[in-house]
Amino acid sequence: MAEKRLTVALMDPPYESAASTTALRIISAALKKGIHVNVFAYEGAVNLTMKDQAPHANPVKGTTVEEEEHPTTKAFVSSLLELGKSHPLLTWVNCGLCVDERGAGNWIDGVKRGGPADFLKMALESTNTLVIPTH
Amino acid sequence: MAHYLFIESRDPFDSSDSGFVAETAAALKKRGNEVTLFLVQNGVLAARKGARGSHVPRLAQAGIALLADDFSLRERGIQAGECSAGIQESSVDALVDLLVREHTKAIWH
Repeated sequence: MAEKRLTVALMDPPYESAASTTALRIISAALKKGIHVNVFAYEGAVNLTMKDQAPHANPVKGTTVEEEEHPTTKAFVSSLLELGKSHPLLTWVNCGLCVDERGAGNWIDGVKRGGPADFLKMALESTNTLVIPTH
Repeated sequence: MAHYLFIESRDPFDSSDSGFVAETAAALKKRGNEVTLFLVQNGVLAARKGARGSHVPRLAQAGIALLADDFSLRERGIQAGECSAGIQESSVDALVDLLVREHTKAIWH
């Protein structure tokens, strides 16, 4: 049986929409099934992998950073890249122009820079493509 | 025959264009296609029996497969028994299986 490959296009920035969490759940589930995954992060989604994200305390509840265990999207994506480092393979591409606009070039290891042509190539080589728009 | 997979993430009581998704799904089914509607995030609010004006009963009657993400249901305190007839509790695992089926067209809303 031919190997399966799923391409996912993301546009939402982190900490704004439940769609980001759902997308990460879909990517995780696919990798755990042995399905290769391509991610094309567009617009605000390039910030999902920003290295400078930091967990914080919660002054409202009075909890410390450690107690709060605030999850960051960079940590989620890092764990997915670890899960998909060989077979199945997770390829994560950030849109270069979107990165430049946002000054979001300092990202975690394993992420690549690309453009819409990469998204087309990903879609053409995939079993299916899921586009998750902002609106 | 194509398989259309609609992923509805929006609360139909907050997003009036959810009606367009329901109409499109019903029309595709009427034309002989296989159609699945996967409710996720606030989209699961339409799955409740008590959700007046929900498109779900009409879509169930049309023969559309109706799935609701278990995680989204639990997050919103909705138990399986509170869901309309025709709704099947499902998971992101099952959604991935549907996404990689041959000849499936996936539409996120």
